[in-house]
Amino acid sequence: MTSSVITSNVSKHYGRVAAVRDVSFDLKSGETIALVGHNGAGKTTLIKLMLGLIRPTSGSVTMLGGDPARGDFHVRQSVGYLPESVSFHMALTGRETLTFYARLKRVEFSDAELLFKRVGLSADAVDRPVRTYSKGMRQRLGLAQALLGTPQVLLLDEPTSGLDPALRQNFYDIISALRADGTTVLLSSHALTELENRADRVIIVDRGVKIADGTLDELRHIASLPTRVMIKLSDMEAAPQWSGDWCRQSGGGWEIGVDAADKIDLLKSLTAEPSLLESLTLAEPTLDELYAHFLGRQAAE
Amino acid sequence: MMNVLTVARKEIQEGRRNRWVLATTLLLAGLALTLTFLGSAPTGNVGVNQLDVVIVSLSSLAIFLLPLIALLLSHDAIVGESERGTLILLLSYPVGRSEIVIGKFLGHLSILAFSTLIGFGAAAVALVASGTVISPASWRAFATMLGASILLGAVFLSIGYLISTLVRERSTAGGIAIGIWLFFVLIYDMALLGGLVAAQGRAVPALLLDGLLLANPTDAYRLLNLGSGAASTLSGMGGVAAGSSLSAPILTLALLLWAIVPLGVANIVFARREA
Repeated sequence: MTSSVITSNVSKHYGRVAAVRDVSFDLKSGETIALVGHNGAGKTTLIKLMLGLIRPTSGSVTMLGGDPARGDFHVRQSVGYLPESVSFHMALTGRETLTFYARLKRVEFSDAELLFKRVGLSADAVDRPVRTYSKGMRQRLGLAQALLGTPQVLLLDEPTSGLDPALRQNFYDIISALRADGTTVLLSSHALTELENRADRVIIVDRGVKIADGTLDELRHIASLPTRVMIKLSDMEAAPQWSGDWCRQSGGGWEIGVDAADKIDLLKSLTAEPSLLESLTLAEPTLDELYAHFLGRQAAE
Repeated sequence: MMNVLTVARKEIQEGRRNRWVLATTLLLAGLALTLTFLGSAPTGNVGVNQLDVVIVSLSSLAIFLLPLIALLLSHDAIVGESERGTLILLLSYPVGRSEIVIGKFLGHLSILAFSTLIGFGAAAVALVASGTVISPASWRAFATMLGASILLGAVFLSIGYLISTLVRERSTAGGIAIGIWLFFVLIYDMALLGGLVAAQGRAVPALLLDGLLLANPTDAYRLLNLGSGAASTLSGMGGVAAGSSLSAPILTLALLLWAIVPLGVANIVFARREA
């Protein structure tokens, strides 16, 4: 796999404030990356650096083999960007808006037209002024413009914030299709749970510093957070007979956290006498928990 | 170049949709027609001079209105897009920053030129329709006035673009635009007049007066339209014009510089600005 975007030791200062400090990563083609962090952690600044809208104070950014700040035509043409809470010129219709952006990217309008269907913008909405659009429709139009000209790199800043679940699903379906085509997709978000099975890789930033980078499994391994095992006993009155620190749950079940190394042993003993159990549920640490863990570790340092 | 046209075209499209084009055209036409027919009342039907009367009244109107319209159009051209969030997306596209500035400027200039031609042209058409005979010299002067008015609009558009790239907030841009308008249209001439009165009849060096007249684009415009021909006698500008060595080409050149320099500086400022 080739690298589409490389940042090496990038820092960006605004006056005395360091928005991004010494961040390095490279994004491969066909990879879907979640860029995760609090508001103000530096996610948007990183995206702007990758787009070349701002220049790094130190370090370097390479986008598709070139310096994005130079604004090379073929580089800009191959990058799709959806800004956080995207806005358009209110007076123009959806079609006029997309035509304008398609012209700038030298994309045939017939191709642009197909994008309306792809993002699910209905035919009657297309010819209405953007002023009348709901947040979801604006976001669809935003995605349509980002997809113009089949980009090799797609940078989506908080793409699903404020969208209804059906639209989110639609969004992620489109992204999966792009991944199959070899597009690098970077999603910034703080809605972690929905990224759980969608990102190949997670980069966590906090106060401008990259604090974790890896696949979910790798991060789980590094964090070594316990897996939670939840059981319900057939005899509601009894306490669990297995050793360990079982906690009573509100629904009448019991819960325990186990380290990865002890997980299999516990499961073996639990299932040795199936009649004792009514149900058994396993929960791996969620992205939320991992995120909290890495942030906590960062704060402690 | 294609990008410039694309951006300009979108700006015109928006101007049409926002009713900017319609509103300014109607405003200019309405005032121009009013001035044409009311303006002919005091002079009566003196025949060939009628278009010259119109030229005098329309240039006085243009000095107040066109800078105002131009500044209203242009002061938020950049800062407004930046505040509404549309600029950041546009900058991520394969389009140069100067292409954005020049494209938008040309779009706005087309809107302004269209309104001026139609609005002021309506006055001339109305005169012809009412059976007035107009001499070729008057037509030439009228055409010059139209061209100069568009140029005056371009000057203030250009100043508006400079304001728009320098400030961070729309409201600041609006305030500065109003200040600029007041300064050039009202305060400057009053101060100039005050200065001349204070000089108590001592001869002001011609070079100083020329410089002062060129330093204000509205004065250059006034002199260009009213300083010569039949209009100078009608407007009383002949006296000022006679005391100055400023010829029409110099005045035109001054206006062109006024239109180009602020826009050029705006380009430089915008190229350095971080999104």
